[in-house]
Amino acid sequence: MKTALCALLLAAGLPLSARADRLPLPADAPPAYAAECGSCHLAFPPALLAAADWRRVMAGLDRHYGDNAALDADTARVIGDFLARHGGNADRYANAGTPPRLTATAWFQRKHRKVPSPLWQDARVRSAANCSACHPQAEQGRYGERDIALPELRHRREH
Amino acid sequence: MKHPLALLALLAATAAGAETPRGLLDTYAAEAASRTPGFQASARRGADFFGRRFGVSEKMPACVSCHTEDPAQAGRHAITGKDIKPLAPRANPARFTDAAKAEKWFGRNCGEVVGRPCSAAEKADLLRFLAEGA
Ligand code: HEC
Ligand code: HEC
Ligand code: HEC
Repeated sequence: MKTALCALLLAAGLPLSARADRLPLPADAPPAYAAECGSCHLAFPPALLAAADWRRVMAGLDRHYGDNAALDADTARVIGDFLARHGGNADRYANAGTPPRLTATAWFQRKHRKVPSPLWQDARVRSAANCSACHPQAEQGRYGERDIALPELRHRREH
Repeated sequence: MKHPLALLALLAATAAGAETPRGLLDTYAAEAASRTPGFQASARRGADFFGRRFGVSEKMPACVSCHTEDPAQAGRHAITGKDIKPLAPRANPARFTDAAKAEKWFGRNCGEVVGRPCSAAEKADLLRFLAEGA
């Protein structure tokens, strides 16, 4: 089913990145994005948060979820423009909250509804924003179920 | 004032990535000596600083909260859980080869953990500890 859909998308000329399990960084990502926004956590896929929410994130980098991610103005502008260009659909990624979290959006919650809630606090995971704990290929933009790292999550898929 | 002349000169004179841990240590030590004549960087003071619990931030009370007790080992971010490559240049040669990068992270991490900028003396001590061990 998934493969069929994929073939359809490919036939329609849509890029592979239109699949939900492939979210590589867009080709026009400035090097500063991975360098600056990928040092304390994954450089998140820009499509998973709406542009307006990215603007809110970029407006308060000096007080950033209990940390300080302040940048010089030029770098912040380059990154902010990039994120605004690639931000996702505001309805699809609604309810990001304040401060905005891609892990709080309706879309993220739906995609992760099968994850048992204690797992988010598991020592191996620590935070929902720690994508790589469960998606070890996240830096390459791969979120497919076959790549899931935690064994208990892999087996859940088999019925 | 927070960016002393010596460091500014270093930042201006060298392209990003061209510095060495030794060069940075010397720059910080020279600056500390200009304030405290006779200053010598001390790995033991650096180790003490690195392990101290400042208690300013609940989630990140100390450098070791993220960089772990042994800076030659990989660390883990206290909030996000992301792996952090070893901070000690003897384990990770990419460390302290870019003065602007080192200053950016000293600025952030000292601000959050210590609650104020780190002094040149503290940075020199820390670099000696990271380079040589305690
Ligand atoms: C100094 C460390 C640091 C840097 C640099 C940093 N962040 Fe963060 N970021 C954090 C922390 C800590 C959190 C909170 C994670 C948590 O609660 O698990 C966070 C969370 C986030 C979240 C919310 C994730 C969620 O829970 O859905 C977004 C979005 C985000 N950061 C974007 C950025 C962007 C964009 C940049 C670059 C401009 C950046 N970050 C740079 C430390 C950092
Ligand atoms: C506790 C483990 C865990 C964490 C942490 C986690 N995920 Fe997931 N994720 C899953 C599981 C399990 C699935 C469902 C796999 C499936 O059913 O195909 C999933 C599915 C997805 C999908 C959908 C793939 C598809 O085929 O539709 C995307 C995209 C995704 N995650 C992105 C992220 C991002 C981005 C983060 C970090 C902000 C993250 N995940 C954090 C476990 C996790
Ligand atoms: C909340 C987690 C956290 C804490 C606490 C923390 N750091 Fe860091 N530190 C990081 C991250 C993340 C990086 C950048 C990631 C990387 O380069 O691998 C970093 C990088 C650095 C660098 C850059 C070195 C270089 O040239 O590459 C220095 C210097 C540094 N930290 C010093 C400190 C000092 C001193 C303390 C205590 C006062 C401290 N850190 C506490 C997370 C932390």
